[in-house]
Amino acid sequence: MRPILMKGHERPLTFLKYNREGDLLFSCAKDHNPTVWFADNGERLGTYRGHNGAVWCCDVSRDSTRLITGSADQTVKLWNVQTGAQLYSFNFDSPARSVDFSVGDKLVLITTDPFMGLPSTIQVKQIARDPNEQSSESVLTIKGPQGRINRATWGPLNKTIISAGEDAVVRVWDTETGQLLKESDKETGHQKTVTSLSKSADGSHFLTGSLDKSAKLWDARTLTLIKTYVTERPVNACAISPLLDHVVIGGGQEAVHVTTTDRRAGKFEAKFFHKILQEEIGGVKGHFGPINALAFNPDGRSFSSGGEDGYVRLHHFDPDYFNIDPIPVFLARGGTLKNEDFVA
Amino acid sequence: MAEVVLIEDIEASATRLGIDLSSVDLDSIQLPPGEDFGIKSDDDDDLYQEDPLEFEAGFGNIIVVDNLPVVPPEKFEKLEGVIRKIYSQIGTIREGGIWMPVNPETKKTLGYCFIEYNTPQEAELAREKTNGYKLDKSHIFAVNLFDDFEKYMKVPDEWKAAEIKPYTPGENLQQWLTDEKARDQFVIRAGSNTEVFWNDPRQLMPELVHQRQYWTESFVQWSPLGTYLATVHRQGAAVWGGATTFNRLMRFAHPQVRLIDFSPGEKYLVTFSSHEPSNPRDTHRIVINIFDVRTGKLMRDFKGNVDEFATGGSGGVSGISWPVFRWGGGKEDKYFARMGKNVISVYETETFTLIDKKSMKVENVVDFSWSPTDPILALFVPELGGGNQPARVSLVQIPGKEELRQKNLFSVSDCKMYWQNNGEYLAVKVDRYTKTKKSTYTGFELFRIKERDIPIEVLELDNKNDKIVAFAWEPKGHRFAVIHGDGPRPDISFYSMRTTLNTGRVSKLTTLKAKQANALYWSPAGRYIVLAGLKGFNGQLEFYNVDELETMATGEHFMATDIEWDPTGRYVATAVTSVHEMENGFHIWTFSGKLLYRISRDHFYQFVWRPRPPSLLSAEKEEEIAKNLKKYSKKYEAEDQDVSMQLNEQDRRKRKLLQEQWNEWVTKWKQLHEEERQLRIELRDGVVSDEEEEYEAKEVEVEEVLDITEEVVVFDLDQE
Repeated sequence: MRPILMKGHERPLTFLKYNREGDLLFSCAKDHNPTVWFADNGERLGTYRGHNGAVWCCDVSRDSTRLITGSADQTVKLWNVQTGAQLYSFNFDSPARSVDFSVGDKLVLITTDPFMGLPSTIQVKQIARDPNEQSSESVLTIKGPQGRINRATWGPLNKTIISAGEDAVVRVWDTETGQLLKESDKETGHQKTVTSLSKSADGSHFLTGSLDKSAKLWDARTLTLIKTYVTERPVNACAISPLLDHVVIGGGQEAVHVTTTDRRAGKFEAKFFHKILQEEIGGVKGHFGPINALAFNPDGRSFSSGGEDGYVRLHHFDPDYFNIDPIPVFLARGGTLKNEDFVA
Repeated sequence: MAEVVLIEDIEASATRLGIDLSSVDLDSIQLPPGEDFGIKSDDDDDLYQEDPLEFEAGFGNIIVVDNLPVVPPEKFEKLEGVIRKIYSQIGTIREGGIWMPVNPETKKTLGYCFIEYNTPQEAELAREKTNGYKLDKSHIFAVNLFDDFEKYMKVPDEWKAAEIKPYTPGENLQQWLTDEKARDQFVIRAGSNTEVFWNDPRQLMPELVHQRQYWTESFVQWSPLGTYLATVHRQGAAVWGGATTFNRLMRFAHPQVRLIDFSPGEKYLVTFSSHEPSNPRDTHRIVINIFDVRTGKLMRDFKGNVDEFATGGSGGVSGISWPVFRWGGGKEDKYFARMGKNVISVYETETFTLIDKKSMKVENVVDFSWSPTDPILALFVPELGGGNQPARVSLVQIPGKEELRQKNLFSVSDCKMYWQNNGEYLAVKVDRYTKTKKSTYTGFELFRIKERDIPIEVLELDNKNDKIVAFAWEPKGHRFAVIHGDGPRPDISFYSMRTTLNTGRVSKLTTLKAKQANALYWSPAGRYIVLAGLKGFNGQLEFYNVDELETMATGEHFMATDIEWDPTGRYVATAVTSVHEMENGFHIWTFSGKLLYRISRDHFYQFVWRPRPPSLLSAEKEEEIAKNLKKYSKKYEAEDQDVSMQLNEQDRRKRKLLQEQWNEWVTKWKQLHEEERQLRIELRDGVVSDEEEEYEAKEVEVEEVLDITEEVVVFDLDQE
């Protein structure tokens, strides 16, 4: 599996997103320019220029016409995917951390960071069909959780909002009333900041990654903890394979703690786990900084990772990957599969 | 806070009692002492709480000196002067703190006096230092703490037979050796937990034996034969052991104990502490206690300043090289010794006193070591007088103190002694100056202790200028390994003290070139060795078979800091301890270098295998077993197979269960997903498709005019 190295960003990557068809890959980085790439060959299509700060998150509409980006410049911008034109800019009083289109793309979920005494918020805005009629009014604003909310996403049928962040608690909110419906258990839940949250293809379950060196799989409707994947590194990013029963989690020693020059020291590996057996099945090395973003192509035949090193690595799986039998892997508990096992 | 009495209340009660408050002089009222009429004054509270005065609890700072000369009044002052002179050296005597009672009839002194110091510590020190002090032949001081008198007074005059308690059988402290699967135990310390595990290679994981939070305050240590686990606390040390769970067997009180050491036969425990002096100009005070492990009785204590214990050696706590007392004479725990300035003091454990009541004088001695099996001391004395008197290594027999062998060495810069663990050989690594004295080169002096007259052989490496990185004897064997070389990839050589051709001479077996190794770990059973590259080499491991002179396997435990063989030589543990922030945990390997399992633990401090006592089998019996190994191994191989089958079955079942549980989830989700389908379509304004495959691929050709340039092309008709 020879990855395609996509060098387009000048600063650490923050987020990666495929469109529904899986032909386009959107990347966000701490440089101010979200970028769109051909997801097949890694060719750069263009950038969306206008942000004046690190871009933390993006989402693309189901029909791949609209892109929404949240940035540290305290704005959330709506773009025309094809032309790169800015359609609208929502202004906030604090940096926007995560954005997510609802089912139907009529609503968007935005979280803002605590800033200058302001608490963090989760806000819902309506997206007008015609950008000229776009309003900046919030339909719903939720305040409450302490600290940054790193990710918020829609629950099934837009009925709930799932949020997680610095206080390590995963919460489910009612979209109508803004009331807190469920909270993850302090004992069994994450112990440290939740850094990432990724939904399954059908939205029935989701995966959270945390600095407590684990990733956890939850039922999106009942917030039942289903699985835990334990690794040796703080987790910055995670994704669920839409095709096989695999999850991939990435992270690494925090950049400020990297002291050795040997890149093995930081374990900047994207690790594959068997979703059901919770066993590590392999790892993909390559980045020389922590992995900040991971995304599976919706067809499940490739995935991409974005690192603190500023690179996006696009991996197309070898045919062998699809034949990995979890049983021998599980039996050979002593030794796990390595990168070589993925190479034909 | 005290209850506040309002002035209105006072006035009210005054009127009730018919007292005109204005006519009362409040200052003239004198309350009886200690009476507050239920009204607490806050002033007093503050006084008591904020400034707790140093109370003199008892008379701990007073000593009683007995056996003084009895003197008439005219000599009284002279005697008092002498006493003051002696005792003021030790600490500050309080003003009027010396009181020498006088017989009212004869006006002569009574032969004792009281001295009051500022602090109990000084008093304690004075007792230690001057008890037994010889003023002259007939006056040997007997010094006691005043507080102790009470204790001595209570001793009953008549002897009573000690009550003999009925014998209660203790636990079997060797229970762990009777494990059916012949597994070994190890202890780990991670975070605040201390845990003892079985190493279970068949299950590919450790099995918990006992776990306890805050079991120790600094570290844990097994006794040399594995019977006890010692923990170290602020108040002292404790040993634990027993059949199934670890019960506390004995406590050894020693405040602020820092280091502990067992005698090789684990009969005695030596504890060490270093105390901040009360006077900052003084040196630290050292206290070393030697306890009997089974009874808990303090056998002997040594106290003194750091200078008395520091041997100039580097490392250890505040200039002390630990262990201060080195045990010798094999497993009988007969002798222990320590080095002082120009002396070696050898004690024997029958009476806990010096052998022959005096130390051995050895001018300028800088290092000594015991043979691991015999009461033989090896001493090293460096060059004296600018090279006029050569350096020497000598072997001394204890208790006779006869010199068995001596070797003079010239232009020596440093020496290090390595004993083979059966006491058969001693290797002395000698660093010598070159002629220019600018650099050094290294050679070895090899002593054959068990042969007649102890022949010595000199060994120099092929390249004498090579730096020696590490040296290690094969346990119970006749071979040794040396890592030598200056570069980043040193060489490793193996030598044998006897080969078939040359029984009496050392010969080289092989040299491995350019290895990433800086440490040697022989299997306790010999034959196999792990060549390890720790620190700079990031944990490279090579498992080497010295019989066959071949590498069995190579491996890596990234960032490994510690390596330890299990006591049987079957498994190797490699660990990353908390000196590194990341990667903390340990790996277990087979002797041949197959990784069995890995355990990660944050804040991993210690990994120690539980030692085993030496085998009770005779050498012949061991040989017989080795010969008929196949017969014995059959049974175990069958067991192994059974276990592995069982494990497979267990795994299969577990996997099946997990899969079933997961399928349940998926079925539920699918059902819900289907139920919500209509709603989803509504949300999407009638777009039906949920699935990826249902969309229609339309090929749209978009033509974009990127640029238009007009050019006049000259069409030359003439060329045709």
